[in-house]
Amino acid sequence: MDILLDILAENGYISDEDITSLAAGLDMSSADVEQTVSFYHFFARKPMAKYNVYLNSSAIAVLKGREKIATAFERESGCSFGKVSEDGMISLDDCADIGMADQEPAALINGIVFPNLTAFRVKELVRDMRKGLSVDELRSHGLGDGMNNSEYMKATVTNNIRKKGAVIFSEYQGGSALEKVKADRMSQEQLIDLVKQSGLRGRGGAGFPTAMKWDFCRKAKGEKKYIFCNADEGEPGTFKDRVILTERPRLIFDGMALAGYAVGAEEGILYVRYEYMYMKEYLESILTEMRKEKALGKDASGIKGFNFDIRIQYGAGAYVCGEESALIESAEGKRGEPRDRPPFPVEKGYLGMPTAVNNVETLCSVAKLVTNGVEWFKSLGTGQSTGTKLLSISGDVKYPGVYEVEWGFSINDILEMSGGDPAAVQAVQVGGPSGSCVGPNEFERIVSYEDIATGGAMMVIGEDHDLLQDVVLNFTEFFIDESCGSCSTCRALTVMYKKTLEKVLSGDGRRKDIDAMLSWAPIGKASRCGLGQTAMNPICTSIKNFRYLYEGHIKNANEQYEGGFDIAKAVADSCEVVGRRPNL
Amino acid sequence: MSEFVSFKIDGKQCMGRAGEFIAEAAERNNIYIPTLCNYKGTAPKAACRVCTVKVNGRMMTSCSTPLQEGMEIENETAEIQDIRSGIIELLFAEGNHLCPSCEKGGSCELQALGYRFRMMVPRFPYLFPVREIDASHPKLIKDHNRCILCKRCVRVMKDENGHSLFAFYKRGTKLEIAIAPELADKITDEVAQQAMDVCPTGALLKKRKGWDVPVGKRMYDMKPIGSEFEQVK
Repeated sequence: MDILLDILAENGYISDEDITSLAAGLDMSSADVEQTVSFYHFFARKPMAKYNVYLNSSAIAVLKGREKIATAFERESGCSFGKVSEDGMISLDDCADIGMADQEPAALINGIVFPNLTAFRVKELVRDMRKGLSVDELRSHGLGDGMNNSEYMKATVTNNIRKKGAVIFSEYQGGSALEKVKADRMSQEQLIDLVKQSGLRGRGGAGFPTAMKWDFCRKAKGEKKYIFCNADEGEPGTFKDRVILTERPRLIFDGMALAGYAVGAEEGILYVRYEYMYMKEYLESILTEMRKEKALGKDASGIKGFNFDIRIQYGAGAYVCGEESALIESAEGKRGEPRDRPPFPVEKGYLGMPTAVNNVETLCSVAKLVTNGVEWFKSLGTGQSTGTKLLSISGDVKYPGVYEVEWGFSINDILEMSGGDPAAVQAVQVGGPSGSCVGPNEFERIVSYEDIATGGAMMVIGEDHDLLQDVVLNFTEFFIDESCGSCSTCRALTVMYKKTLEKVLSGDGRRKDIDAMLSWAPIGKASRCGLGQTAMNPICTSIKNFRYLYEGHIKNANEQYEGGFDIAKAVADSCEVVGRRPNL
Repeated sequence: MSEFVSFKIDGKQCMGRAGEFIAEAAERNNIYIPTLCNYKGTAPKAACRVCTVKVNGRMMTSCSTPLQEGMEIENETAEIQDIRSGIIELLFAEGNHLCPSCEKGGSCELQALGYRFRMMVPRFPYLFPVREIDASHPKLIKDHNRCILCKRCVRVMKDENGHSLFAFYKRGTKLEIAIAPELADKITDEVAQQAMDVCPTGALLKKRKGWDVPVGKRMYDMKPIGSEFEQVK
């Protein structure tokens, strides 16, 4: 992956020669290299323009006026999406969510994020591109807040931290968690036991108990063990990891070191999505400092016999790589196809060795609970959901951004917190496209593992949007684009859902089409990974909660015969050839 | 030698070896679990999901799940059978499968499973995708209309260095099999025949030879798929 990313950064695309020489160097067939390259969205195979614009097309971007920005780009650059401008300067493409839902519309230009776009800003950008300014110069005015402003990052992204909680965003003195381990002479088992007592569960969405994962990994046999921190954060509407990476990188790295100590790993890998490439130098600089401080390396943090270092692995644009086994495949330089389980990564993960993959927020929570103690941690949240949760709130609210809350808030609370008007909200998409689309009658539900669990995305959809067209269809298309295609159920069923939804929206649908879509869900559940298993959720949960929207498109409720076939349209071509008008 | 374990399929007491895959163990207990992408002697990929069963209440693919003591496996329940026939229907509706004109008709595993599940018309809308027939290779025709992306050719067909002759390009609905360009010469008539045999459908066909077994006398014309296990009772 790193070689391909370097080639991409250097040349802007990956040529046939690159593939051939890489294959020879790695003793692979060129088709083996190509199959990896062609898997990822950002590995361009043709020479691109000098400036490659990828404009986000996620649902939130659409709600925030993406179409106007797209039109502005087309007008200013004189080229259409999927094309390169005539002078070879600018190319325009779509891309899936880039983790900026709180500042959409946003685009990546040569791998660098440009958020909060307006038609005016597009005009300026295109003008500056025509002048040949570097991407650094393009973003030179209007840098973001906090560390976004730092020398290594110089990002125009803003953090939008709206609520600081006790765990993630409270002050943290780098290295203190490991000092505690050293001072208390904590053994591996004691550390895992501490995490167990805290009741901490994975923050990525699935909620697996962290201590159990570590214990499996510690007990598994293997010459080497690995720790991964999953910062792929591809779920549209989620951007909390972006903010943690920006403001609390040391907390993450300390969490990784604790995990490494607990399972007996010598190497930790932070897997970051391509869209956060602008953070690369900054994150590397933190690691360099840690090495200087001897917080990494031999006898790390002064703990005898604990040799641990961290490297950063970037992805190249594939949502499915957020699935832990796909992430491992990707880090091995392969296509990001999820693996079959068993064996689980804790038994056979990276390079076949026991591997624990944890979410960014989970590892940060560990570092904090070790520093401040189990009792402190358990005093936060509800019975089964201890600690805090970062919410990424986006869409039709006054203050989109990251909120660190204790578990136990209702959706209504969250709407009020973020300046949304519950009366003017049509739906909230909890947990991103793979989660559920809930309506006002469920706004009293409590965000926790006991009731409605979430990886943190809350997309608020106001009543003036077309929920089915702008959101549900958009999400379904997202899953089609991001399916790795390995399972027949995920690859094909998503398309069937899209076709049928489009049929309903076009007015040709029948009542039975709505029921048919619900009845297909068990087939999707037979998929290997979470992507396939949840890809029908946008449609199925919205049928459940907003059935009237679907039925509103059904013209004749009693019509049983198949719709969607227009004979006049079907014979139009042949009629034209023979010069007849259909006699219908 | 690994230890023997006992397990149940649809309530029937079975014996197998710990760690072998459920699908294999079932066959040796004379129970047929339909498989499609699976190929004997090659590591499973669990791409088609046809062999889905419920193990202790959880959906698993039997081609890739190792056997453990005491597993309670649901195989021919109405729920599982509906998922399986749904998958077969999906595969038919996703591609362009015109059985009567296909050289593989009668020995095609997809077609045989269609018969086994008594498929009349798929519950899904036909997609009629526009896909290529690639006849540029001197020995082999690649018909993407019929490819169900089971990855058998990628997994099985290797040269003497262990390099795959085939590869998966792109992802999702754009996914397709490709012949590794610099290994294309290694596909001789013999290899082409092997690739055709490995392919469960008619997506890979050896050139310049066809219809040497007449329709009506082909493998599944003589006996339905799965019957070799089910008849031994």
